[in-house]
Amino acid sequence: MAETGFEPKIVAFLCNWCTYTGADLAGTSRIQYPPNVRIIRVMCSGSVDPTYVLKPLLDGADGVLIGGCHPGDCHYQSGNYKARRRVIALKEILKNAGFDEERVWLRWISASEGGRFAETVTKMTEFLKEKGPNPMRRKWAV
Amino acid sequence: MRTVIPVENGDTLAAVRGFLKRLLEAEVVEAVLVPMETPSGTVTPALVADPALLDAANPLAPVMGLNAARVAGHVSIREPRGRIGVLLRPCELRALVELIKLKQASLDDMVTIGLDCLGTYDVAVYTAMQADSSAGSRQAGVDMAAYLATAQSGELAPQEGYAFRDACQMCERPHVSALPPASGGLGGVMADVTLELFGADLTAGVPVTMPDEMAEKLSPSLSPLMGGKEGGARRADPSASLRAGVVEKVVAARTRVRDARFAEMRQWLNQEGIEGVLAACVRCHNCMTVCPLCYCKTCLFKSPTFEHEPMQYMNWAQRKGAYRLPADTMLFHLTRLNHMVLSCVGCGMCTSDCPAELPVGVVFRTIGQQVQEVFDYVPGRSVEEPLPLVTFREDEWMEVGEE
Repeated sequence: MAETGFEPKIVAFLCNWCTYTGADLAGTSRIQYPPNVRIIRVMCSGSVDPTYVLKPLLDGADGVLIGGCHPGDCHYQSGNYKARRRVIALKEILKNAGFDEERVWLRWISASEGGRFAETVTKMTEFLKEKGPNPMRRKWAV
Repeated sequence: MRTVIPVENGDTLAAVRGFLKRLLEAEVVEAVLVPMETPSGTVTPALVADPALLDAANPLAPVMGLNAARVAGHVSIREPRGRIGVLLRPCELRALVELIKLKQASLDDMVTIGLDCLGTYDVAVYTAMQADSSAGSRQAGVDMAAYLATAQSGELAPQEGYAFRDACQMCERPHVSALPPASGGLGGVMADVTLELFGADLTAGVPVTMPDEMAEKLSPSLSPLMGGKEGGARRADPSASLRAGVVEKVVAARTRVRDARFAEMRQWLNQEGIEGVLAACVRCHNCMTVCPLCYCKTCLFKSPTFEHEPMQYMNWAQRKGAYRLPADTMLFHLTRLNHMVLSCVGCGMCTSDCPAELPVGVVFRTIGQQVQEVFDYVPGRSVEEPLPLVTFREDEWMEVGEE
């Protein structure tokens, strides 16, 4: 049930070596994507503490995107493998604690995949528009 | 070797105390960590080096004020250290296994002594039970004989008018094993020495399994004390099969309660979310303080990270219309879930010590079960199994992140 004029807010944690550079490439290549994403550069997807994801979700962000290097390509060898397990656990916890875990996306996007980055943000924005605003926007007692 | 500590005059506690004394006297260990009765009648763990003081030891007291795995970590974490015996309940042993993997405790120079658990009371309940007696003797209010008798039948029940701790009512691993399941260990929580209460007539003797070399060390002085010398042939031991039957019965009954509580909690979480279930939380951090697994020296939530600027609160209040204070209450619980739920052993100290009497432990166990299943991880099962979040395989969940 899409709300008229609803523009989702996406907080994105992008790894410095792959996805952030990929986002940069999308920009320098003049690839259009929705301005709904607020990008935070982190050194590795493996450095994304679950708390970083939880805080925006509880404060009403409509989605959180975590972007890292494809498996095997981590600048620090194994950060993305650890991120993968951590995000799986996080989403399972969110689901069982009564949250909509589909608002959290983990995507592998390399430094050369500017197009994939733009596509991911477009898809996520559409997906969240369809879903509607995060109910946490109005829940004060959390 | 499985043998029996003989009990004289029906005094089970004296027999267990005697066994612990022998461990010190035969220099198997230099000290034992064991629950001790204080002069006021409460029970607290203590590291006991003087065998004479073990007259105050009471590992059978049905009260749990603390998960002693925490303190087992304190006395074992680094060298130099003493050689110690650590007497723990199954949920404490499970927590110890997790703490070892979190590098907060060490099994080196440690003999773990596990004890089948018949259920425990909260400290306040136990104290009330003790006071609930006109007789002069302090223990008069707690009917220990009736409590210990439940071990033989497996009909575990609290004293009339009282209830076991919430976590105990739904504990499906209350038994210990000196042997792995493949060798007849009944899937109990592993320990070097096991005091096997289930299925035993504790007025006659306490079955105990221990490594052969330890039994030999104890035997010269203990030979009159230790009956049934060759317990090695476990399968032929009638008391062992009796124990297996009782354990099976206890586990089945507890599992039924557990599953009912899980179903109830799942429905509640589905309907109201964690913010509904834990709505009365005042963020006192008791659950974190008493959790045996929350070992961080400075928790993120006690750090200045969450001391926000006054205008920040104003911004939040204006954005949502209102903003709950203290802030970040659900963030605290969700973060704690992320940090330790895979290792949650279900000891329920969080529930026991919650001033708002919230079912914190049931929330954590209910969610924990789902997350643990995803990683095929059972907390406390084995020190060899790596913690799910510190390990990985390259070829797992290949589809994740590729959409």
